[in-house]
Amino acid sequence: MTVMDKLTILTDAAKYDAACTSSGARRGSKKGYIGNTSSSVAGCCHTFSADGRCVTLLKVLMTNCCIYDCKYCVNRCSNDTRRAVFTPEELSELTIEFYRRNYIEGLFLSSGVLRDPDYTMERMIQVLHLLRNTYRFNGYIHAKTIPGASPELVERLGMLADRLSVNIELPSEAGLKALAPNKTKSAILQPMKQIRNTLTENKQELVKYRHAPKFAPAGQSTQMIIGATPDSDRHILRLTQGLYDTYRLKRVFFSAYVPVVENSLLPTPDTKPPLLREHRLYQADWLLRFYGFRAEELLTDQDPNFNPLIDPKCNWALRHPEFFPVEVNTAAYEDLLRVPGVGTISARRILYARRGGTLYHEDLKKLGVVMKRAQYFLVCKGKIIDGLRFSQDTVLRGLIAAEKLPMPEIEQLTLFN
Amino acid sequence: MDTVYRYDGSFEGFLCCVFESYVNKESPAAFQTAEDLNPTLFPIQWVESNEAHAQRILRSINRRSAYALELVEKGFLTCAEEREMMLYRFIRALYDFGPDLVRRLSDEAVHPLVKAVRHLDGEVHLLRGFTRFSDLGGALVGEIAPKNRALPLLRPHFCSRFYNERLILYDRTHREALFYRDGKWCIAPLEHFEIARPSEREAQFRRLWKRFYDTVAIAERYNPKCRRTQMPMRYWGTMTEFQDESYFEATPAAVEPPPAPAALKEGWRA
Ligand code: SF4
Repeated sequence: MTVMDKLTILTDAAKYDAACTSSGARRGSKKGYIGNTSSSVAGCCHTFSADGRCVTLLKVLMTNCCIYDCKYCVNRCSNDTRRAVFTPEELSELTIEFYRRNYIEGLFLSSGVLRDPDYTMERMIQVLHLLRNTYRFNGYIHAKTIPGASPELVERLGMLADRLSVNIELPSEAGLKALAPNKTKSAILQPMKQIRNTLTENKQELVKYRHAPKFAPAGQSTQMIIGATPDSDRHILRLTQGLYDTYRLKRVFFSAYVPVVENSLLPTPDTKPPLLREHRLYQADWLLRFYGFRAEELLTDQDPNFNPLIDPKCNWALRHPEFFPVEVNTAAYEDLLRVPGVGTISARRILYARRGGTLYHEDLKKLGVVMKRAQYFLVCKGKIIDGLRFSQDTVLRGLIAAEKLPMPEIEQLTLFN
Repeated sequence: MDTVYRYDGSFEGFLCCVFESYVNKESPAAFQTAEDLNPTLFPIQWVESNEAHAQRILRSINRRSAYALELVEKGFLTCAEEREMMLYRFIRALYDFGPDLVRRLSDEAVHPLVKAVRHLDGEVHLLRGFTRFSDLGGALVGEIAPKNRALPLLRPHFCSRFYNERLILYDRTHREALFYRDGKWCIAPLEHFEIARPSEREAQFRRLWKRFYDTVAIAERYNPKCRRTQMPMRYWGTMTEFQDESYFEATPAAVEPPPAPAALKEGWRA
């Protein structure tokens, strides 16, 4: 089989994985080596595919052969599909030559389980070893650990990769039991715990010996499939928050389930992937990581799912009129962040600019505040914007109208109002 | 009476215009470069480049605010309309108000400059990802067509990432090229540039990349509008994945890349 065929099969099999970002570890270039990760930190997109997703890394499987039979997966052993295996030499050469041409920021390597988990991990380690030692590749590598592989191999993989991930796959144990009979929650969490502990130890070592080898300097991440099981947004978001708190994950990725198989336990094949839901979850995830929100504030037991019409922050703001209005000229950074239409960058600009003089509504747009949303929630020197009148109802309409969604089918949704 | 300052088009030359206006206590009506032949009603004054004068202006800006200096240096690379006038107004206001000026982000002397620099920074950020190289006879050769003069800001990134490679990156819009080899670089004007035909190996990697690009998209999520928003079509012209078929075919006779100018500068860091 040609490398072209293998690349086609193994890209096709990896494309449903959501995690394609690079981030975290800034590593300058080294003499005699190729590459650095200094733009990886800012999340450098090298292209956007026809579905509008950012392509950063060469995202492929080492093989799509798999001894397991997870029901939602195209690579499950009971599926009749073409199989391929990259040799470590082919894959490392491909990575280097793509990198030299600036097609990619690095490699994202994942794999089906070939023969057994340890054998698979050994082969993945060979790929990374070739890249790091033979090609002297100093760029970004993200590797997915294979469920059930032994701890020594996880450790060795982590010494070669920038980031490791262990996929949680489905948001609940019941989901796992039904759809991924070979995986259990504890088997998934075990390596996550190991990676967290090794990261902590490694950090202490690095304090003592500056040149101690680095273990996964960009930390660990995970991903889960959304919409293959009946779990609520609230359940998913609380799980996400728990993962950040307990395992100190750098990122949790969500992947809208694309029906790839007919199975009575799964949504029917004509179901559209829940893109809007995935989008809302990412917005909420952002609020957890950068805006100081907690999952319980965003969704309640009575209201366990996000409003499709407005983003989670607007939704929160509408339910908390007592928090508003916020005074632009005196409010703390944390409070500014809670205002719809104000982001981390514009909040920082407000702090910076107001030290140079009082800010008025006219100034805010130039600082990057989205006034279409923010106008209902902000005052400058105690005043709302001239001529603005509103009620609960008109605010909701205004916010819906201000929604800019990146998906075509959702635009139609907003037209009903 | 108002005069038009004509200068050589270099950053140093522009700073000398600022110096000239300061010494003569006059404000120019407009700026022109040597190539600029637009007729004007105002008398034209030629301003000669002078390193000492330029340095004095740079120091006087830096003394007030290092951020202001960064804005001025980057501002000169932007494609803003009446770029020199925008910079001139900013520098004058900086002398009048002092260092606090840069906090007045919505001031009319500041906002246009900050906005233009944001546009430049944004374009440079995108081009770190969207730039494509080809391996032609061992050298990495690429082309870009940015609105702003992005090369000086892309240089540290690519020279450090491809430390051991030979690089040539051509800016079609501004007709200048970055040359890099063995830790030395230069950016020089280059009127004509034509990229050589690929070898079979190069063509093969182009095809592999195109195949990867076409395969990685999920059909059920097809969303061309989102793609265009994230990656405006004006970048597509120099990206491998959007070229037509002939781009992916090799020609037997490999052509040498253009030779680098003799004088390369030391160092690859910013
Ligand atoms: S182990 Fe991974 S590749 Fe194998 S069937 Fe399950 S999800 Fe698919």
